[in-house]
Amino acid sequence: MKKEVKLSFWDRLYLPAILVGMGITIKHFFKNLFTPPSKRYTVEFPERKKDVPEWYRGLHRLNTRDDGSVKCVACYCCATACPADAIFIEAEDIDDLDESYPREKRPKQFIIDLHRCIFCGFCQEACPEDAIVLTNEYEITQLSRDEGLITMEELIKTPKKKMD
Amino acid sequence: MMAKLLAPEVFMIVKVVAVFIIVLTMVAVGTWVERRGAAFIQDRVGPNRVALFGKFRIMGLAQPVADGIKFFFKEDVIPANADKILFVLAPLIAFIPATMTFAAIPFGRSFDINGVHYFLSILPPATNIGVLYVFAIGSMGVYGIIVGAWASNNKWSILGGMRASAQIISYELAMTMAVVGVVLSTGSLRLDRVISAQTGLWNVVPQFLGALVFFVSMFAETNRLPFDFAEGESEIIGYHVEYGSMKFSMFALAEYANMITAAALFVTLYLGGWHFPWLDQWIWGSILAFLLKLVSILWIFVWVRWTLPRFRYDQLMRLGWKVMIPLSLVNMIVVALFLAYRG
Ligand code: SF4
Ligand code: SF4
Repeated sequence: MKKEVKLSFWDRLYLPAILVGMGITIKHFFKNLFTPPSKRYTVEFPERKKDVPEWYRGLHRLNTRDDGSVKCVACYCCATACPADAIFIEAEDIDDLDESYPREKRPKQFIIDLHRCIFCGFCQEACPEDAIVLTNEYEITQLSRDEGLITMEELIKTPKKKMD
Repeated sequence: MMAKLLAPEVFMIVKVVAVFIIVLTMVAVGTWVERRGAAFIQDRVGPNRVALFGKFRIMGLAQPVADGIKFFFKEDVIPANADKILFVLAPLIAFIPATMTFAAIPFGRSFDINGVHYFLSILPPATNIGVLYVFAIGSMGVYGIIVGAWASNNKWSILGGMRASAQIISYELAMTMAVVGVVLSTGSLRLDRVISAQTGLWNVVPQFLGALVFFVSMFAETNRLPFDFAEGESEIIGYHVEYGSMKFSMFALAEYANMITAAALFVTLYLGGWHFPWLDQWIWGSILAFLLKLVSILWIFVWVRWTLPRFRYDQLMRLGWKVMIPLSLVNMIVVALFLAYRG
């Protein structure tokens, strides 16, 4: 291939350009050397956490009512909407029906398989009761597949979003 | 204590041990400097996690130790079709000349105590072969690469070894011819004479062209970027594809040891060795001056590596044969004419 670029004599000497380039790199070097670690681009994770935006979709949470019972009415909307089939719900009847606050069902088991979940947020969109929400919690790791199945008790304990 | 230390045999052993330890420490620290320097140049952080006893981070300085331990405990694979003897020998062939060359380099001013002459280099500087020895041993380093590449019985490693040998041979020519200028102006092959001839004016000033050629060839000789064809770790496959564990790290160590020796040689030939205004009136001052110069040159190695991209093979050859060798010839002729004119 014929290159149309004509190099001037100064360019063909190479060395001036190399010196300019070295000037640039050393500028970066000293800039980073004298920047305190907290101000560098790299966020050193366990010590410093990155702030995630409000819309970030992290670990699920099951909201509760004021009396501490789960808001979920076991309608299966979330499980139906879930594209990853990550939600397992077993419903149960509520026997002593309160006339002033009519509810008939609640989940007996509510299990989310975090290893299947793709954190799409469809469950949150589908829920008619605002029971299931995705929080900003992103430190979700497990050492085995079984630990990835999180139950209702754990889902209730997920910390709320900061802004809520 | 001092008198005991100064018995010639003991002094010799102390020197050898000290030089060996210092060179190897510099190799280890060099890998660390390289990685952290690279990181800072690229706006990263680099290895800073390894902590001594799990507590003291010391800016990741323990990284080379961790790397060493890792290399020791890695599985040592010898490919089925490799030439076993040469395969094992090659890293040693690469490593030994790299450290041997350093023996001839004076790293401090010599001194007399009670009528005994002490010199600060491992080989007596009065041997007439100084420069010759360095180049003879130094060019052995390429055998390690070629033997390693050949013994691996792998076509990619052979190609890498071929590139390396072609490159090193062509740049060695320019390098040696640049040094002829220094030898001419000194009138001796003795490295101590070379240094004492630079009292007041370092060779880099009158022989700027030669110094430049030597400096560029140094990068090619030590297989450093922008001339790292032998290895080409980022894009192309180098001579040590088949190597792993400690054998691989021997090649890496050899590269760093080569860098140190080449830098020391540059300091000796062009930057006045241990000469430094005011500082070199003391013995420790002269050693310090030498080390300072050495470290600065080593830093330039790192600095250049993270600035320049790799040359293409034909560009490398063109630069070597059509630019470097003529330049070194010009330098040689200018020096020769000047000396003839001066009489
Ligand atoms: S976030 Fe998406 S994949 Fe995860 S449980 Fe909800 S609907 Fe399923
Ligand atoms: S959609 Fe809401 S209310 Fe319905 S089962 Fe899911 S979490 Fe419960």
